[in-house]
Amino acid sequence: MASGIITVRNLSKAFGKTVAVDGISFTVKKGEILGFLGPNGAGKTTTIAMLLGLIKPTSGTIRILGKRMPEDREAILSRVNFSSPYVQLPYGLSVLANLKVHARLYEVPNGDMKLRELARYFGVEDLIKRRMMTLSSGQATRINLVKAFLNDPEILFLDEPTSSLDPEAADTFRNLLMEERRRRQLTILYTSHNMQEVEKIADRIVFLHQGKIIAEGTTGDVLKKHKQKSLEDFFIQLARSEPVPTGAKP
Amino acid sequence: MNVIRIWAIVLRHLYPYRFNLSRLSELVVWPFFEMLLFGFFGIFFASASAFGSIVAIFLGAVLLWQIFFRIQQGISVSFLMELWSRNLTNIFVSPISVAEYLTGLMIVGLFKIAIVGVLMWVFALLLYHINVLSIGLALVPLTVALILFGWAIGTVVLGIVLRFGQGAESIAWAAAFFLQPFGAIFYPVSIYPEWLQEIIKWLPLPHIFEALRSVFAGQGLPRSQLVWAYGLDAAYLLAAFFFFGYMFEQAREKGYLLKAQD
Repeated sequence: MASGIITVRNLSKAFGKTVAVDGISFTVKKGEILGFLGPNGAGKTTTIAMLLGLIKPTSGTIRILGKRMPEDREAILSRVNFSSPYVQLPYGLSVLANLKVHARLYEVPNGDMKLRELARYFGVEDLIKRRMMTLSSGQATRINLVKAFLNDPEILFLDEPTSSLDPEAADTFRNLLMEERRRRQLTILYTSHNMQEVEKIADRIVFLHQGKIIAEGTTGDVLKKHKQKSLEDFFIQLARSEPVPTGAKP
Repeated sequence: MNVIRIWAIVLRHLYPYRFNLSRLSELVVWPFFEMLLFGFFGIFFASASAFGSIVAIFLGAVLLWQIFFRIQQGISVSFLMELWSRNLTNIFVSPISVAEYLTGLMIVGLFKIAIVGVLMWVFALLLYHINVLSIGLALVPLTVALILFGWAIGTVVLGIVLRFGQGAESIAWAAAFFLQPFGAIFYPVSIYPEWLQEIIKWLPLPHIFEALRSVFAGQGLPRSQLVWAYGLDAAYLLAAFFFFGYMFEQAREKGYLLKAQD
């Protein structure tokens, strides 16, 4: 049995009177892809921000790679990485300049060589001298992925990584991720609004609604438990706040 | 020409001024500060015969002012650039500490002044045949004092931008200029009314620029002015670091690190 590489216990975050995350607990195992799902405002981004030390929890504990966040923030962040199409690399700089900056931020040994290696691996070598502003969404997403792999992360946090990609580019992206996971037991926490995508790649899902976990397990288990045909149906039902047949009420 | 569509554009650019003190300051505070600056300037020129080379003093003051301004901008505008490019999250999900980030921004300012300083020196030499570096080593302690105060103001502005996001953009650009009329930069402290002199002596700028004028007048570096300047610099820097530390913790508490980019 693989060990818990991320362990979250009773995690809560309140912004004034608004409770964004309400006492959630979950574990992610080494080499696992966890689909972190929920409608807009469910608390996904706030939770990821707490896992990455961007937001301070109101209560609860976070242990990542055996260390405590935010107390051991720097030690944890040097071994993980993050990518999201909503967070961009400076568009006025070249791809190469951006990647060089991040190679230094993560203290990557032989950074220049490493980023060129990754650019080759992700098939973006020909983009390296171009400015970020000249790239298409798909190209920019792949450059973000190069940035996310610069420090050989043990855990990757991906926030809706395929939201701006066409189906072909999204498929290529997913295949790259799956390959990386196979190659070196990479752990991935993955948020997406594309339920079919999550069904395809996630080993397990955690479903958030109004700051609480309302379903957790393999996709099959969750669908069976809640008597749904697909994650999409489950998602729509939740978002419209229709009663869910079994399990915790939203 | 469609009047309604034209009005739509007018509204689009007026709406940001509603409930935004920072933007309102552009309209209300800015003209007031310019009136002060040039008013004092006029008084100085009316009684400037006491000074040997007004042009040299003036150009020296402009050079030192640029040092302060660029250092402050090195911090606050560099931070704004992270917000504009929506890159702040990328920075703070890396293992960089807040102190490392701030130090990096401080160094950006040093690079800026190295370029600006050399250019201004060359321009003064070519255009006016005045060597503003002729005061020699005396320029070093004055420059360092300005750098320290520039860092302090830049750090405070950084904390404000972190809290209020891009809405506080104009403060980042204008912070140095808000201090300009009270810095005795282009005219001596004696120009100010006495009650104002009592207040502005708590800023390092008047001490630094008084010292500059003293050097140009051939009276050497006044030690008391330097002691005041460095003492105040230390106090402002310390206060600025505490303020920024507090604002950064608030940002992590309230999620501004994510929201500031929006």
